[in-house]
Amino acid sequence: MRVMVIVKATKNSEAGKMPSEKLLGDMGKFNEELVKAGIMLAGDGLKPSSKGKRVRFSSGKRTVIDGPFTETKELVAGYWIWQVKSIDEAVEWVRRCPDPMPGEESEIEIRPFYEAEDFGPEFTPELRAKEEELRAHLEAQAKSKKS
Amino acid sequence: MSELATRGAIEAVWRIESARLLGGLVRMVRDVGLAEDLAQEALMAALERWPETGIPDKPGAWLMATAKNRALDQLRRKQMLDRSHLAIASDAAGEPAVRPDLESAIDEDVGDDLLRLILVACHPVLSTEARVALTLRLLGGLTTEEIARGFLLPEPTIAQRIVRAKRTLAEAKVPFEVPRGEDLTARLASVLEVIYLIFNEGYAATRGDDLIRHDLCDDALRMGRILAELVPGEAEVHGLVALLEIQASRLRARVGPGGEAIRLFDQDRSRWDQLLVRRGLEALARSEALARPLGPYALQAAIAACHARARTAEETDWKRIVALYDALVEITGSPVVELNRAVAVSMAFGPAQALELVEALSDEPTLREYHLLPSVRADLLEKLDRLEEAGLEFERAASLAQNARERELLLSRARACGRTVDAGPRA
Repeated sequence: MRVMVIVKATKNSEAGKMPSEKLLGDMGKFNEELVKAGIMLAGDGLKPSSKGKRVRFSSGKRTVIDGPFTETKELVAGYWIWQVKSIDEAVEWVRRCPDPMPGEESEIEIRPFYEAEDFGPEFTPELRAKEEELRAHLEAQAKSKKS
Repeated sequence: MSELATRGAIEAVWRIESARLLGGLVRMVRDVGLAEDLAQEALMAALERWPETGIPDKPGAWLMATAKNRALDQLRRKQMLDRSHLAIASDAAGEPAVRPDLESAIDEDVGDDLLRLILVACHPVLSTEARVALTLRLLGGLTTEEIARGFLLPEPTIAQRIVRAKRTLAEAKVPFEVPRGEDLTARLASVLEVIYLIFNEGYAATRGDDLIRHDLCDDALRMGRILAELVPGEAEVHGLVALLEIQASRLRARVGPGGEAIRLFDQDRSRWDQLLVRRGLEALARSEALARPLGPYALQAAIAACHARARTAEETDWKRIVALYDALVEITGSPVVELNRAVAVSMAFGPAQALELVEALSDEPTLREYHLLPSVRADLLEKLDRLEEAGLEFERAASLAQNARERELLLSRARACGRTVDAGPRA
Protein backbone atom coordinates (compact mmCIF):
# COMPACT_ATOMS: atom_id res chain seq x y z
CA MET A 1 0.00 0.00 0.00
CA ARG A 2 0.99 3.58 -0.57
CA VAL A 3 0.76 6.15 2.20
CA MET A 4 1.28 9.87 2.48
CA VAL A 5 3.13 10.81 5.63
CA ILE A 6 2.29 14.37 6.51
CA VAL A 7 4.43 16.53 8.79
CA LYS A 8 2.15 19.09 10.41
CA ALA A 9 3.16 22.71 10.77
CA THR A 10 4.12 24.49 13.98
CA LYS A 11 4.60 28.09 15.03
CA ASN A 12 8.27 27.92 14.07
CA SER A 13 7.73 26.23 10.71
CA GLU A 14 5.02 28.78 9.90
CA ALA A 15 7.45 31.54 10.86
CA GLY A 16 9.84 30.16 8.23
CA LYS A 17 12.46 29.21 10.81
CA MET A 18 14.96 26.89 9.13
CA PRO A 19 15.79 23.56 10.83
CA SER A 20 19.09 23.30 12.69
CA GLU A 21 22.13 21.71 11.09
CA LYS A 22 21.77 18.77 13.46
CA LEU A 23 18.15 18.19 12.46
CA LEU A 24 19.05 18.42 8.78
CA GLY A 25 21.76 15.82 9.32
CA ASP A 26 19.45 13.51 11.28
CA MET A 27 16.68 13.86 8.69
CA GLY A 28 19.17 13.17 5.93
CA LYS A 29 20.18 9.97 7.67
CA PHE A 30 16.55 8.96 8.19
CA ASN A 31 15.77 9.59 4.53
CA GLU A 32 18.74 7.48 3.57
CA GLU A 33 17.35 4.63 5.71
CA LEU A 34 13.99 4.94 3.95
CA VAL A 35 15.65 4.78 0.54
CA LYS A 36 17.79 1.80 1.56
CA ALA A 37 14.69 0.00 2.81
CA GLY A 38 13.13 0.51 -0.63
CA ILE A 39 10.00 2.23 0.69
CA MET A 40 10.56 5.91 -0.09
CA LEU A 41 8.93 7.08 -3.32
CA ALA A 42 9.00 10.84 -2.82
CA GLY A 43 9.14 13.54 -0.21
CA ASP A 44 9.68 17.26 0.24
CA GLY A 45 9.34 20.17 2.61
CA LEU A 46 6.91 23.01 2.04
CA LYS A 47 7.34 26.74 2.54
CA PRO A 48 5.14 28.37 5.22
CA SER A 49 1.54 29.11 4.39
CA SER A 50 2.38 32.83 4.11
CA LYS A 51 3.80 31.92 0.68
CA GLY A 52 0.68 29.92 -0.21
CA LYS A 53 -2.72 30.69 -1.63
CA ARG A 54 -6.12 29.08 -1.39
CA VAL A 55 -8.98 28.98 -3.81
CA ARG A 56 -12.33 28.72 -2.05
CA PHE A 57 -15.28 27.08 -3.83
CA SER A 58 -18.61 28.26 -2.54
CA SER A 59 -22.01 28.09 -4.30
CA GLY A 60 -20.43 28.21 -7.73
CA LYS A 61 -18.07 31.08 -6.87
CA ARG A 62 -14.29 30.83 -6.73
CA THR A 63 -12.45 33.18 -4.40
CA VAL A 64 -8.67 33.42 -4.12
CA ILE A 65 -7.36 33.81 -0.57
CA ASP A 66 -3.77 34.77 0.24
CA GLY A 67 -1.80 33.10 3.05
CA PRO A 68 -0.83 32.94 5.86
CA PHE A 69 -3.61 30.70 7.17
CA THR A 70 -4.64 30.16 10.76
CA GLU A 71 -5.14 26.76 12.45
CA THR A 72 -1.37 26.20 12.36
CA LYS A 73 -1.63 22.60 13.61
CA GLU A 74 -3.79 21.62 10.65
CA LEU A 75 -1.38 23.00 8.06
CA VAL A 76 1.16 20.87 6.23
CA ALA A 77 4.89 21.56 6.53
CA GLY A 78 6.19 18.59 4.56
CA TYR A 79 5.33 15.14 3.27
CA TRP A 80 6.67 11.77 2.18
CA ILE A 81 5.13 9.14 -0.06
CA TRP A 82 6.00 5.62 1.05
CA GLN A 83 5.27 2.18 -0.34
CA VAL A 84 4.73 -0.11 2.65
CA LYS A 85 3.13 -3.46 3.40
CA SER A 86 0.77 -2.19 6.08
CA ILE A 87 -0.09 0.98 7.96
CA ASP A 88 1.61 -0.59 10.99
CA GLU A 89 4.86 -0.62 9.04
CA ALA A 90 4.42 3.09 8.29
CA VAL A 91 3.76 3.77 11.99
CA GLU A 92 6.92 1.89 12.92
CA TRP A 93 8.95 3.99 10.47
CA VAL A 94 7.45 7.23 11.77
CA ARG A 95 8.39 6.19 15.32
CA ARG A 96 11.99 6.11 14.09
CA CYS A 97 11.79 9.59 12.55
CA PRO A 98 13.81 12.29 14.29
CA ASP A 99 11.61 14.86 16.07
CA PRO A 100 10.79 17.14 13.11
CA MET A 101 10.06 20.20 15.27
CA PRO A 102 12.40 20.11 18.28
CA GLY A 103 11.27 22.27 21.18
CA GLU A 104 7.67 22.33 20.01
CA GLU A 105 4.83 19.86 20.12
CA SER A 106 4.16 18.53 16.64
CA GLU A 107 2.44 15.70 14.82
CA ILE A 108 3.06 13.44 11.85
CA GLU A 109 -0.03 12.01 10.20
CA ILE A 110 -0.21 8.85 8.06
CA ARG A 111 -2.89 8.58 5.39
CA PRO A 112 -3.28 5.64 3.01
CA PHE A 113 -3.90 6.32 -0.67
CA TYR A 114 -6.98 4.97 -2.38
CA GLU A 115 -5.95 2.02 -4.51
CA ALA A 116 -7.62 0.51 -7.57
CA GLU A 117 -9.16 -2.28 -5.49
CA ASP A 118 -10.86 0.22 -3.17
CA PHE A 119 -13.04 1.47 -6.00
CA GLY A 120 -14.26 -1.73 -7.53
CA PRO A 121 -15.39 -2.01 -11.14
CA GLU A 122 -17.84 0.91 -10.95
CA PHE A 123 -14.94 3.32 -11.01
CA THR A 124 -13.33 2.38 -14.29
CA PRO A 125 -13.25 5.32 -16.71
CA GLU A 126 -15.79 3.67 -19.02
CA LEU A 127 -18.35 3.21 -16.28
CA ARG A 128 -17.64 6.60 -14.81
CA ALA A 129 -18.33 8.15 -18.21
CA LYS A 130 -21.61 6.26 -18.35
CA GLU A 131 -22.53 7.44 -14.89
CA GLU A 132 -21.85 11.05 -15.88
CA GLU A 133 -23.94 10.61 -18.99
CA LEU A 134 -26.78 9.31 -16.88
CA ARG A 135 -26.48 12.18 -14.44
CA ALA A 136 -26.52 14.72 -17.27
CA HIS A 137 -29.56 13.02 -18.68
CA LEU A 138 -31.38 13.15 -15.34
CA GLU A 139 -30.49 16.80 -14.87
CA ALA A 140 -31.79 17.62 -18.32
CA GLN A 141 -35.01 15.79 -17.48
CA ALA A 142 -35.39 17.66 -14.22
CA LYS A 143 -34.88 20.98 -15.99
CA SER A 144 -37.44 20.24 -18.68
CA LYS A 145 -39.98 19.29 -15.99
CA LYS A 146 -39.48 22.60 -14.19
CA SER A 147 -39.95 24.73 -17.26
CA MET B 1 7.64 3.33 26.30
CA SER B 2 4.36 2.57 27.96
CA GLU B 3 2.23 1.77 24.93
CA LEU B 4 1.32 -1.88 24.57
CA ALA B 5 2.64 -3.56 21.49
CA THR B 6 0.05 -5.17 19.27
CA ARG B 7 0.76 -8.11 17.04
CA GLY B 8 0.47 -5.84 13.99
CA ALA B 9 3.14 -3.52 15.36
CA ILE B 10 5.48 -6.44 16.09
CA GLU B 11 4.94 -7.80 12.59
CA ALA B 12 5.81 -4.35 11.23
CA VAL B 13 9.05 -4.34 13.20
CA TRP B 14 9.76 -7.82 11.89
CA ARG B 15 9.21 -6.70 8.32
CA ILE B 16 11.64 -3.84 8.75
CA GLU B 17 14.30 -5.72 10.71
CA SER B 18 14.20 -9.37 9.62
CA ALA B 19 16.51 -9.16 6.57
CA ARG B 20 19.18 -7.21 8.45
CA LEU B 21 18.86 -9.55 11.41
CA LEU B 22 19.21 -12.62 9.20
CA GLY B 23 22.13 -11.05 7.34
CA GLY B 24 24.02 -10.49 10.59
CA LEU B 25 23.23 -13.97 11.85
CA VAL B 26 24.27 -15.67 8.61
CA ARG B 27 27.63 -13.91 8.87
CA MET B 28 28.01 -15.15 12.45
CA VAL B 29 26.89 -18.75 12.16
CA ARG B 30 27.56 -19.36 8.44
CA ASP B 31 24.40 -21.41 8.05
CA VAL B 32 21.14 -20.10 6.61
CA GLY B 33 18.96 -22.69 8.36
CA LEU B 34 20.47 -22.06 11.76
CA ALA B 35 20.34 -18.27 11.24
CA GLU B 36 16.64 -18.50 10.45
CA ASP B 37 15.98 -20.65 13.51
CA LEU B 38 17.75 -18.11 15.71
CA ALA B 39 15.85 -15.21 14.14
CA GLN B 40 12.56 -17.05 14.67
CA GLU B 41 13.44 -17.64 18.31
CA ALA B 42 14.11 -13.93 18.72
CA LEU B 43 10.75 -13.15 17.12
CA MET B 44 9.01 -15.57 19.48
CA ALA B 45 10.70 -13.88 22.43
CA ALA B 46 9.51 -10.50 21.16
CA LEU B 47 5.94 -11.73 20.72
CA GLU B 48 6.07 -12.92 24.31
CA ARG B 49 7.72 -9.88 25.90
CA TRP B 50 6.72 -6.81 23.92
CA PRO B 51 2.95 -6.93 24.54
CA GLU B 52 3.82 -6.28 28.19
CA THR B 53 6.88 -4.06 27.96
CA GLY B 54 6.01 -2.19 24.79
CA ILE B 55 8.30 -2.14 21.76
CA PRO B 56 11.84 -1.22 22.81
CA ASP B 57 13.36 1.98 21.44
CA LYS B 58 15.79 0.05 19.27
CA PRO B 59 13.82 -3.06 18.35
CA GLY B 60 16.38 -4.18 15.77
CA ALA B 61 19.16 -4.15 18.33
CA TRP B 62 16.94 -6.01 20.81
CA LEU B 63 16.18 -8.76 18.31
CA MET B 64 19.84 -9.05 17.33
CA ALA B 65 21.01 -9.22 20.95
CA THR B 66 18.43 -11.90 21.75
CA ALA B 67 19.32 -14.00 18.72
CA LYS B 68 23.03 -13.51 19.38
CA ASN B 69 22.67 -14.75 22.94
CA ARG B 70 20.92 -17.88 21.72
CA ALA B 71 23.68 -18.37 19.17
CA LEU B 72 26.39 -18.02 21.82
CA ASP B 73 24.52 -20.42 24.13
CA GLN B 74 24.37 -22.97 21.36
CA LEU B 75 28.00 -22.43 20.45
CA ARG B 76 29.17 -22.79 24.05
CA ARG B 77 27.25 -26.02 24.37
CA LYS B 78 28.78 -27.24 21.13
CA GLN B 79 32.25 -26.05 22.15
CA MET B 80 32.00 -27.86 25.47
CA LEU B 81 31.24 -31.00 23.54
CA ASP B 82 34.04 -30.29 21.07
CA ARG B 83 36.46 -29.37 23.84
CA SER B 84 35.98 -32.62 25.66
CA HIS B 85 36.90 -34.29 22.37
CA LEU B 86 39.67 -31.79 21.68
CA ALA B 87 41.00 -32.08 25.20
CA ILE B 88 41.71 -35.71 24.56
CA ALA B 89 43.32 -34.86 21.23
CA SER B 90 45.39 -31.90 22.53
CA ASP B 91 46.58 -33.85 25.52
CA ALA B 92 48.16 -36.13 23.01
CA ALA B 93 49.53 -33.30 20.78
CA GLY B 94 50.42 -30.95 23.64
CA GLU B 95 48.53 -28.01 22.03
CA PRO B 96 45.73 -25.89 23.50
CA ALA B 97 42.29 -26.12 21.92
CA VAL B 98 41.58 -23.24 19.47
CA ARG B 99 38.52 -21.08 20.16
CA PRO B 100 36.93 -19.36 17.18
CA ASP B 101 36.59 -15.65 17.94
CA LEU B 102 32.91 -15.19 17.29
CA GLU B 103 32.33 -11.85 18.98
CA SER B 104 34.63 -9.97 16.63
CA ALA B 105 32.56 -11.13 13.68
CA ILE B 106 29.52 -9.26 14.93
CA ASP B 107 29.89 -5.59 14.07
CA GLU B 108 30.78 -5.43 10.40
CA ASP B 109 29.04 -3.50 7.68
CA VAL B 110 25.27 -4.04 7.59
CA GLY B 111 25.15 -3.44 3.83
CA ASP B 112 27.52 -6.31 3.25
CA ASP B 113 25.34 -8.53 5.43
CA LEU B 114 22.27 -7.85 3.31
CA LEU B 115 24.16 -8.30 0.08
CA ARG B 116 25.61 -11.59 1.33
CA LEU B 117 22.12 -12.76 2.24
CA ILE B 118 20.75 -11.94 -1.22
CA LEU B 119 23.67 -13.61 -2.98
CA VAL B 120 23.25 -16.75 -0.90
CA ALA B 121 19.49 -16.87 -1.49
CA CYS B 122 20.11 -16.58 -5.25
CA HIS B 123 23.09 -18.91 -5.31
CA PRO B 124 23.60 -20.79 -8.60
CA VAL B 125 23.59 -24.20 -6.83
CA LEU B 126 19.87 -23.67 -6.18
CA SER B 127 17.08 -24.25 -8.68
CA THR B 128 15.33 -21.11 -9.92
CA GLU B 129 12.18 -22.04 -7.98
CA ALA B 130 14.19 -22.44 -4.80
CA ARG B 131 15.93 -19.09 -5.35
CA VAL B 132 12.60 -17.32 -5.78
CA ALA B 133 11.10 -18.83 -2.61
CA LEU B 134 14.21 -18.29 -0.52
CA THR B 135 14.66 -14.67 -1.68
CA LEU B 136 11.08 -13.75 -0.85
CA ARG B 137 11.46 -15.45 2.51
CA LEU B 138 14.87 -14.12 3.54
CA LEU B 139 14.99 -10.71 1.90
CA GLY B 140 11.31 -9.93 1.40
CA GLY B 141 10.41 -11.06 4.93
CA LEU B 142 7.39 -12.97 3.58
CA THR B 143 5.95 -15.94 5.43
CA THR B 144 5.69 -19.31 3.71
CA GLU B 145 1.94 -18.78 3.57
CA GLU B 146 2.31 -15.43 1.82
CA ILE B 147 4.68 -16.88 -0.76
CA ALA B 148 2.32 -19.78 -1.38
CA ARG B 149 -0.56 -17.35 -1.88
CA GLY B 150 1.49 -15.27 -4.31
CA PHE B 151 2.31 -18.25 -6.48
CA LEU B 152 -1.03 -20.02 -6.00
CA LEU B 153 0.73 -23.12 -4.70
CA PRO B 154 -0.02 -25.20 -1.62
CA GLU B 155 1.86 -24.01 1.45
CA PRO B 156 3.67 -27.35 2.03
CA THR B 157 5.14 -27.13 -1.49
CA ILE B 158 6.79 -23.79 -0.68
CA ALA B 159 7.84 -24.94 2.79
CA GLN B 160 9.50 -27.97 1.26
CA ARG B 161 11.29 -25.87 -1.36
CA ILE B 162 12.72 -23.67 1.37
CA VAL B 163 13.80 -26.57 3.57
CA ARG B 164 15.45 -28.29 0.62
CA ALA B 165 17.15 -25.07 -0.48
CA LYS B 166 18.66 -24.56 2.96
CA ARG B 167 19.88 -28.16 3.00
CA THR B 168 21.41 -27.78 -0.47
CA LEU B 169 23.26 -24.64 0.63
CA ALA B 170 24.62 -26.43 3.71
CA GLU B 171 25.63 -29.54 1.77
CA ALA B 172 27.31 -27.58 -1.01
CA LYS B 173 29.26 -25.68 1.70
CA VAL B 174 28.48 -22.44 -0.16
CA PRO B 175 31.02 -19.79 0.85
CA PHE B 176 29.55 -16.67 2.46
CA GLU B 177 32.07 -14.14 1.15
CA VAL B 178 30.85 -11.18 -0.87
CA PRO B 179 32.71 -11.25 -4.19
CA ARG B 180 34.02 -8.03 -5.76
CA GLY B 181 34.36 -6.62 -9.25
CA GLU B 182 33.41 -8.86 -12.14
CA ASP B 183 32.69 -11.81 -9.88
CA LEU B 184 30.08 -9.72 -8.09
CA THR B 185 28.50 -8.65 -11.39
CA ALA B 186 28.29 -12.30 -12.44
CA ARG B 187 26.63 -13.35 -9.19
CA LEU B 188 24.25 -10.38 -9.34
CA ALA B 189 22.93 -11.62 -12.69
CA SER B 190 21.18 -14.44 -10.85
CA VAL B 191 19.73 -12.01 -8.29
CA LEU B 192 18.38 -9.74 -11.03
CA GLU B 193 16.80 -12.72 -12.75
CA VAL B 194 15.05 -13.78 -9.54
CA ILE B 195 13.68 -10.28 -8.87
CA TYR B 196 12.53 -10.01 -12.49
CA LEU B 197 10.79 -13.41 -12.27
CA ILE B 198 8.96 -12.40 -9.10
CA PHE B 199 7.81 -9.15 -10.67
CA ASN B 200 6.67 -10.90 -13.83
CA GLU B 201 4.74 -13.49 -11.87
CA GLY B 202 2.80 -10.59 -10.39
CA TYR B 203 2.63 -8.52 -13.58
CA ALA B 204 1.56 -11.20 -16.05
CA ALA B 205 0.31 -13.92 -13.75
CA THR B 206 0.97 -17.14 -15.62
CA ARG B 207 -1.71 -19.01 -13.76
CA GLY B 208 -5.01 -18.28 -12.08
CA ASP B 209 -7.88 -15.95 -12.88
CA ASP B 210 -6.47 -12.60 -11.84
CA LEU B 211 -4.29 -10.87 -14.35
CA ILE B 212 -2.14 -8.99 -11.86
CA ARG B 213 -1.05 -9.90 -8.35
CA HIS B 214 0.02 -6.54 -6.99
CA ASP B 215 1.75 -7.83 -3.88
CA LEU B 216 4.36 -9.71 -5.87
CA CYS B 217 5.04 -6.65 -8.03
CA ASP B 218 5.44 -4.52 -4.91
CA ASP B 219 7.76 -7.06 -3.26
CA ALA B 220 9.94 -7.33 -6.36
CA LEU B 221 10.18 -3.57 -6.75
CA ARG B 222 11.10 -3.12 -3.12
CA MET B 223 13.86 -5.72 -3.37
CA GLY B 224 15.12 -4.10 -6.56
CA ARG B 225 15.25 -0.68 -4.88
CA ILE B 226 17.08 -2.17 -1.88
CA LEU B 227 19.61 -3.84 -4.18
CA ALA B 228 20.18 -0.61 -6.12
CA GLU B 229 21.30 1.08 -2.90
CA LEU B 230 23.50 -1.86 -1.88
CA VAL B 231 25.44 -1.90 -5.15
CA PRO B 232 24.98 1.61 -6.59
CA GLY B 233 27.79 1.12 -9.10
CA GLU B 234 26.13 -1.74 -10.97
CA ALA B 235 24.51 -0.41 -14.16
CA GLU B 236 22.23 -3.38 -14.76
CA VAL B 237 20.70 -3.19 -11.28
CA HIS B 238 19.50 0.34 -12.08
CA GLY B 239 18.42 -0.94 -15.50
CA LEU B 240 16.22 -3.58 -13.88
CA VAL B 241 14.77 -1.11 -11.36
CA ALA B 242 14.01 1.30 -14.20
CA LEU B 243 12.24 -1.44 -16.13
CA LEU B 244 10.15 -2.50 -13.13
CA GLU B 245 9.24 1.06 -12.12
CA ILE B 246 8.01 1.87 -15.63
CA GLN B 247 6.10 -1.40 -15.99
CA ALA B 248 4.54 -0.91 -12.56
CA SER B 249 3.46 2.58 -13.58
CA ARG B 250 1.00 0.95 -16.02
CA LEU B 251 -0.56 -1.55 -13.62
CA ARG B 252 -3.66 0.58 -13.05
CA ALA B 253 -4.27 1.01 -16.76
CA ARG B 254 -3.63 -2.58 -17.69
CA VAL B 255 -6.84 -4.22 -16.50
CA GLY B 256 -10.31 -3.37 -17.79
CA PRO B 257 -13.65 -3.25 -15.96
CA GLY B 258 -14.24 -6.99 -16.36
CA GLY B 259 -10.70 -7.85 -15.24
CA GLU B 260 -9.52 -8.34 -18.83
CA ALA B 261 -6.11 -7.27 -20.14
CA ILE B 262 -5.83 -3.96 -21.96
CA ARG B 263 -3.02 -3.73 -24.50
CA LEU B 264 -0.44 -1.00 -24.20
CA PHE B 265 -1.75 0.93 -27.22
CA ASP B 266 -5.32 0.88 -25.92
CA GLN B 267 -4.46 1.95 -22.39
CA ASP B 268 -5.69 5.23 -20.97
CA ARG B 269 -2.34 6.93 -20.51
CA SER B 270 -3.74 9.42 -18.03
CA ARG B 271 -3.97 6.49 -15.62
CA TRP B 272 -0.26 5.72 -15.81
CA ASP B 273 1.39 6.45 -12.50
CA GLN B 274 3.60 9.46 -13.24
CA LEU B 275 5.44 9.15 -9.93
CA LEU B 276 6.68 5.70 -10.94
CA VAL B 277 7.37 6.82 -14.52
CA ARG B 278 9.60 9.58 -13.16
CA ARG B 279 11.39 7.15 -10.85
CA GLY B 280 11.88 4.77 -13.75
CA LEU B 281 13.37 7.45 -15.99
CA GLU B 282 15.71 8.51 -13.17
CA ALA B 283 16.88 4.94 -12.61
CA LEU B 284 17.46 4.57 -16.36
CA ALA B 285 19.55 7.74 -16.38
CA ARG B 286 21.63 6.33 -13.50
CA SER B 287 22.18 3.13 -15.46
CA GLU B 288 23.11 4.99 -18.65
CA ALA B 289 25.58 7.14 -16.74
CA LEU B 290 27.36 4.01 -15.48
CA ALA B 291 27.77 1.88 -18.58
CA ARG B 292 27.70 1.97 -22.36
CA PRO B 293 26.67 -0.04 -24.26
CA LEU B 294 23.53 -0.75 -22.28
CA GLY B 295 22.93 -4.22 -20.83
CA PRO B 296 19.77 -6.25 -21.48
CA TYR B 297 17.74 -4.83 -18.56
CA ALA B 298 18.71 -1.24 -19.32
CA LEU B 299 17.80 -1.80 -22.99
CA GLN B 300 14.38 -3.14 -22.02
CA ALA B 301 13.98 -0.17 -19.68
CA ALA B 302 14.94 2.19 -22.52
CA ILE B 303 12.23 0.59 -24.69
CA ALA B 304 9.69 0.92 -21.87
CA ALA B 305 10.81 4.55 -21.48
CA CYS B 306 10.00 5.27 -25.15
CA HIS B 307 6.41 4.28 -24.43
CA ALA B 308 6.35 6.17 -21.13
CA ARG B 309 7.52 9.38 -22.81
CA ALA B 310 4.90 9.23 -25.58
CA ARG B 311 1.79 11.15 -24.55
CA THR B 312 -0.30 9.24 -27.08
CA ALA B 313 0.25 5.84 -28.71
CA GLU B 314 0.68 7.63 -32.07
CA GLU B 315 3.58 9.70 -30.74
CA THR B 316 5.66 6.61 -29.92
CA ASP B 317 9.17 6.70 -31.39
CA TRP B 318 8.98 3.28 -33.08
CA LYS B 319 12.19 3.68 -35.06
CA ARG B 320 14.14 4.16 -31.85
CA ILE B 321 12.38 1.15 -30.33
CA VAL B 322 13.37 -0.99 -33.33
CA ALA B 323 16.99 0.14 -32.90
CA LEU B 324 16.91 -0.76 -29.19
CA TYR B 325 15.46 -4.18 -30.04
CA ASP B 326 18.25 -4.67 -32.59
CA ALA B 327 20.76 -4.22 -29.77
CA LEU B 328 18.76 -6.49 -27.48
CA VAL B 329 18.52 -9.27 -30.08
CA GLU B 330 22.28 -9.05 -30.52
CA ILE B 331 22.92 -9.54 -26.79
CA THR B 332 20.28 -12.11 -25.96
CA GLY B 333 19.69 -13.96 -29.25
CA SER B 334 16.28 -14.70 -27.76
CA PRO B 335 13.43 -15.63 -30.14
CA VAL B 336 10.97 -13.94 -27.75
CA VAL B 337 12.90 -10.70 -28.16
CA GLU B 338 12.87 -11.18 -31.94
CA LEU B 339 9.12 -11.55 -31.78
CA ASN B 340 8.86 -8.27 -29.87
CA ARG B 341 11.14 -6.66 -32.40
CA ALA B 342 8.77 -7.80 -35.16
CA VAL B 343 5.93 -5.96 -33.41
CA ALA B 344 8.04 -2.80 -33.30
CA VAL B 345 8.94 -3.23 -36.98
CA SER B 346 5.27 -3.47 -37.86
CA MET B 347 4.64 -0.16 -36.10
CA ALA B 348 7.65 1.56 -37.65
CA PHE B 349 7.66 0.07 -41.14
CA GLY B 350 4.31 -1.67 -41.64
CA PRO B 351 2.74 -5.12 -41.03
CA ALA B 352 3.96 -6.76 -44.25
CA GLN B 353 7.63 -6.41 -43.31
CA ALA B 354 6.90 -7.61 -39.77
CA LEU B 355 4.96 -10.65 -40.98
CA GLU B 356 8.06 -11.85 -42.82
CA LEU B 357 10.03 -11.72 -39.56
CA VAL B 358 7.30 -13.58 -37.69
CA GLU B 359 7.04 -16.28 -40.39
CA ALA B 360 10.79 -16.82 -39.99
CA LEU B 361 10.21 -17.59 -36.32
CA SER B 362 7.46 -20.14 -36.90
CA ASP B 363 9.83 -23.13 -36.76
CA GLU B 364 11.53 -21.90 -33.60
CA PRO B 365 11.18 -24.78 -31.10
CA THR B 366 11.25 -22.53 -28.02
CA LEU B 367 8.19 -20.67 -29.30
CA ARG B 368 6.09 -23.72 -30.16
CA GLU B 369 3.91 -23.47 -27.04
CA TYR B 370 4.13 -19.69 -26.76
CA HIS B 371 0.70 -18.10 -27.26
CA LEU B 372 2.13 -14.73 -28.25
CA LEU B 373 3.59 -16.07 -31.51
CA PRO B 374 0.18 -16.89 -33.06
CA SER B 375 -1.24 -13.85 -31.30
CA VAL B 376 1.23 -11.48 -32.98
CA ARG B 377 0.87 -13.26 -36.30
CA ALA B 378 -2.93 -12.96 -36.02
CA ASP B 379 -2.63 -9.28 -35.27
CA LEU B 380 -0.49 -8.68 -38.37
CA LEU B 381 -2.79 -10.76 -40.58
CA GLU B 382 -5.74 -8.75 -39.30
CA LYS B 383 -3.97 -5.51 -40.20
CA LEU B 384 -3.29 -6.93 -43.68
CA ASP B 385 -7.03 -7.66 -43.94
CA ARG B 386 -6.50 -11.44 -44.11
CA LEU B 387 -9.31 -11.93 -41.58
CA GLU B 388 -9.97 -15.65 -42.11
CA GLU B 389 -6.34 -16.57 -41.31
CA ALA B 390 -6.22 -13.99 -38.49
CA GLY B 391 -9.27 -15.51 -36.78
CA LEU B 392 -7.75 -19.00 -36.91
CA GLU B 393 -4.50 -17.73 -35.43
CA PHE B 394 -6.28 -15.88 -32.60
CA GLU B 395 -8.06 -19.13 -31.75
CA ARG B 396 -4.80 -21.00 -31.76
CA ALA B 397 -3.27 -18.37 -29.48
CA ALA B 398 -6.27 -18.66 -27.12
CA SER B 399 -5.81 -22.43 -26.89
CA LEU B 400 -2.18 -21.90 -25.81
CA ALA B 401 -2.79 -19.04 -23.33
CA GLN B 402 -2.74 -20.17 -19.71
CA ASN B 403 -4.25 -17.11 -18.11
CA ALA B 404 -8.06 -17.09 -18.20
CA ARG B 405 -8.30 -13.33 -18.78
CA GLU B 406 -5.86 -13.39 -21.64
CA ARG B 407 -7.70 -16.29 -23.25
CA GLU B 408 -10.91 -14.26 -23.15
CA LEU B 409 -9.26 -11.33 -24.90
CA LEU B 410 -7.89 -13.56 -27.66
CA LEU B 411 -11.24 -15.28 -28.20
CA SER B 412 -13.01 -11.96 -28.47
CA ARG B 413 -10.53 -10.88 -31.12
CA ALA B 414 -11.11 -14.14 -32.98
CA ARG B 415 -14.82 -13.37 -32.93
CA ALA B 416 -14.14 -9.86 -34.22
CA CYS B 417 -12.42 -11.48 -37.21
CA GLY B 418 -15.67 -13.28 -37.99
CA ARG B 419 -14.97 -16.59 -36.28
CA THR B 420 -17.84 -18.22 -34.42
CA VAL B 421 -16.12 -19.36 -31.28
CA ASP B 422 -17.56 -21.54 -28.56
CA ALA B 423 -17.26 -19.47 -25.37
CA GLY B 424 -17.38 -22.50 -23.07
CA PRO B 425 -14.34 -24.09 -21.41
CA ARG B 426 -11.73 -25.45 -23.78
CA ALA B 427 -9.88 -28.69 -23.49
